[in-house]
Amino acid sequence: MTKLNLTRRKFIVGGALVGGGLAVGYGFLRDGDPANAALTATTMEGEVALNAWVKVDKDGLVTFAIPRSEMGQGVYTALAMLVAEEMDANFSELVVEQAPVADVYANIAVMKDALPFSDKHHEGEDTIGAWGMAKLGQFLGVQVTGGSSSVRDAWLPMRQAGATAKAMLVAAAARTWDVPPAEISVTNGVLSHGGSGMAGGFGDFAILAASETVSLDPVLKKSSEFTLIGTPQPRLDIPSKVDGTAEFGVDIELDGMVHAAVKLSPVLGGTLASHDASAVKDMPGVLKIVPFESGVAVIADSFWRAKTAVEALPATFNDGPAKEFSSGGILTLLEENLESEDSRIYAETGDARAAIDEAQSAVKAVYKVPFLAHACMEPMNCTAMVTDTGVEIWMPNQVPTLIKWFAEKIADVPAENVIVHTPLLGGGFGRRLEIDLVIMAVAIAKEMKNRPVKLLWTRENDIQHDIFRPAAVSRLEGALGSDGRISAWANRIVSQSVSGSYTARLLPWATMDVPDNTTSEGAADIPYEFTSRLVDHVPVKLPIEVGFWRSVGHSYNAFFTESFMDEMAYAARADPVDFRLAHLENHPDFANVLKQLAKVSNWSTPLDQGRARGVALHESFSSIVGQVVEITVNGDKEITVDKVYCVIDCGAVVNPDTVKAQMESGIIFGLTAALYGEIEIEDGVVLNSNFPDYEMIRLGNCPEIEVHLAPSGRLLGGVGEPGTPPIAPALTNAIFAATGERLRELPISRAGFIA
Amino acid sequence: MLRLDINSELHEVDVEEDTPLLWVLRDTIGLKGTKFGCGVAACGACTVHVDGEAVRSCSYPVSGAVGTKITTIEGISGEMLNPVQLAWIQEQVPQCGYCQSGMIMAVSAFLAENSNPSDEDIADSITNICRCGTYPRIKRAIKRAAALQGGVQE
Repeated sequence: MTKLNLTRRKFIVGGALVGGGLAVGYGFLRDGDPANAALTATTMEGEVALNAWVKVDKDGLVTFAIPRSEMGQGVYTALAMLVAEEMDANFSELVVEQAPVADVYANIAVMKDALPFSDKHHEGEDTIGAWGMAKLGQFLGVQVTGGSSSVRDAWLPMRQAGATAKAMLVAAAARTWDVPPAEISVTNGVLSHGGSGMAGGFGDFAILAASETVSLDPVLKKSSEFTLIGTPQPRLDIPSKVDGTAEFGVDIELDGMVHAAVKLSPVLGGTLASHDASAVKDMPGVLKIVPFESGVAVIADSFWRAKTAVEALPATFNDGPAKEFSSGGILTLLEENLESEDSRIYAETGDARAAIDEAQSAVKAVYKVPFLAHACMEPMNCTAMVTDTGVEIWMPNQVPTLIKWFAEKIADVPAENVIVHTPLLGGGFGRRLEIDLVIMAVAIAKEMKNRPVKLLWTRENDIQHDIFRPAAVSRLEGALGSDGRISAWANRIVSQSVSGSYTARLLPWATMDVPDNTTSEGAADIPYEFTSRLVDHVPVKLPIEVGFWRSVGHSYNAFFTESFMDEMAYAARADPVDFRLAHLENHPDFANVLKQLAKVSNWSTPLDQGRARGVALHESFSSIVGQVVEITVNGDKEITVDKVYCVIDCGAVVNPDTVKAQMESGIIFGLTAALYGEIEIEDGVVLNSNFPDYEMIRLGNCPEIEVHLAPSGRLLGGVGEPGTPPIAPALTNAIFAATGERLRELPISRAGFIA
Repeated sequence: MLRLDINSELHEVDVEEDTPLLWVLRDTIGLKGTKFGCGVAACGACTVHVDGEAVRSCSYPVSGAVGTKITTIEGISGEMLNPVQLAWIQEQVPQCGYCQSGMIMAVSAFLAENSNPSDEDIADSITNICRCGTYPRIKRAIKRAAALQGGVQE
């Protein structure tokens, strides 16, 4: 990969002085676009937007606009900490609100990670691929929350926003007090001049500050000067989440609002053939029956009445191509494709194929994982109001820019008349990157113009019409050298392409057949040093929609590779931790996580009969996570997951308690999938329907979790997803240690184990 | 017309008798703190108190609640937070927060019955689902709430 010597400054394009307000621009700004225009439009009387992220009113109320969706990952608090740190604002008194939709809030970090191949940008290199994707990201201006990217993306611009806002307030105070700005200090939201004893709050200078001109490239604090970043701060959203006042998408209440419930084609991808509106039109509260492509909606004066009527509504469907597919058959098809001639190579060093063929005793294994649903606690919903000239959307979503584009398209109104509100999300996990709900809600609301229509899916709609984590199969082969280390490693993965499936949903006319890094992430870029390696992927197309599920390709590739590392360790008669360390000589950061993990988990201390430990180490979204699982197994294959030890190196830590919470969350999410997760499809119909048959971990079987932070000073990594990938292999490696049975298929119930 | 006593206020509602209490609370009365999660009493996001007992309101017909005292998350959230809510803040429990109204209602009814629960009691009694996986913190918060209710500060 060509290396470009691009400095950070060259990425700073924005910075326009417009309308008396200073625009701090890190992202791309179109000519004449003031970066703070969208936020200024939200200001109240006596309040100014000092840039696109900071508003201050004359009474001193400081409001930060957060351009990412809060779905539980603590982003409102973490991003507010970045701004407050540099602004020296009083963290206990500020307010956060959802930022509007505007180009300035584009997520550039996630675009760089969306490269169709793996490069070294996540190791800090200015690669041309990352540069190009950043440019594309700035051009498209897509506001998206995903890829564990929020803090990585905001790290510079939102600290700059805080620093610049502070400089503007200081400049205004200096002008008022007639003293040099350098003599003014700011602590906890109070400006003071030491020499004269003059002091004032942000509110005293807010209006004046808005017309100050300051450097667009402010000097930021050194990490040793941080007083907020790196300290555990209480989450700003928690008080509203314990007294019932937090407003999620499903809680939106609007004047004249009506409710929609839907009946969807039982076969995935099927279409509505006929329906009999007359059968339900006189049921209580029913206002309108609206057919659409994939189903039919009833609009009523309450959700319950809409749901009752739509369930009674006779409808028939055209099945579509998924009718030919069942989940068992799909796994067989994926396995058959292990022999395909048509693969994409994602990593190749030396001639691994020849080395394995020549090896005296190569180890071979085939692994399989099923389709999975997201099952966000807040069922899918979208409220839309369509008028003759515009459309307004209230929707818990991870990508307001796309929601806006599709609302515009379906409502067929001018772009400037589209408004998107993003309330709190009751879970996201990638499901709310999708556009299916906005398309459906606007199509339904078009038939009841000038009234807000709240479309709410039932849990059955949600499980059966999710956009699933793809099923995947991997064949791993390895050979040991005479030194007991892996001399050759070959991993062929077969699955649908998530990026390809997503792109086809956004742009159905585009036939995208390009590499997809998500298929091999966590397989091609593993740190272990092998003499030769080959990692390739065979893309399979199926008429079943697949999407981004917490940690995406890592969710299965970690299971494949870290299980097989364990198999190789066993073949080498080596301790699984020592064996991994022997392949990490040039990766001290990975080795450090593993060593700390071995220490905190008492790895070398024997456990009682019937108990065992398993280990896994995996990097995703630029963070290294190691986990040790302790289990108890009895002769009836009944498993208790007793404890999970977790060590994470995510570079700099913003809110340590949030990092721990996200590790706990990711572990339980991944463990739930490993123990129970399986979407079963028969003749194109999803057999699971609700929590009783798409089971979740609960309090009673949730392990104790102990998280240790091991920041090494490497580049900033994400935390929302990296806790998930290692838990499945750590669990099955523990099962092997306890029973000698190697589980190569998830969930573990496939092998008769009961949790 | 059905007469309901919700958070010590009387309401008259004109709904079908088999309407689940959840939807009357949310759509008819406008109390949005109680959440819809599954509709089949499997997840507990909709938990409220009926005469002090935790019930899953998504599967509880409104007619059954006539003549009872119904309490929702709003009803236990006055000027002062109750010990369960306080413990939830101190342990920084919620993530997305969607299930937490139901969790808090389930736990406060449980602690009223069992003021000093063991781990086994908690595991057997609190079966609500949290998809974000806040369970380790919920366990700690239940213990803390029990201590707060007993007047013992940890």
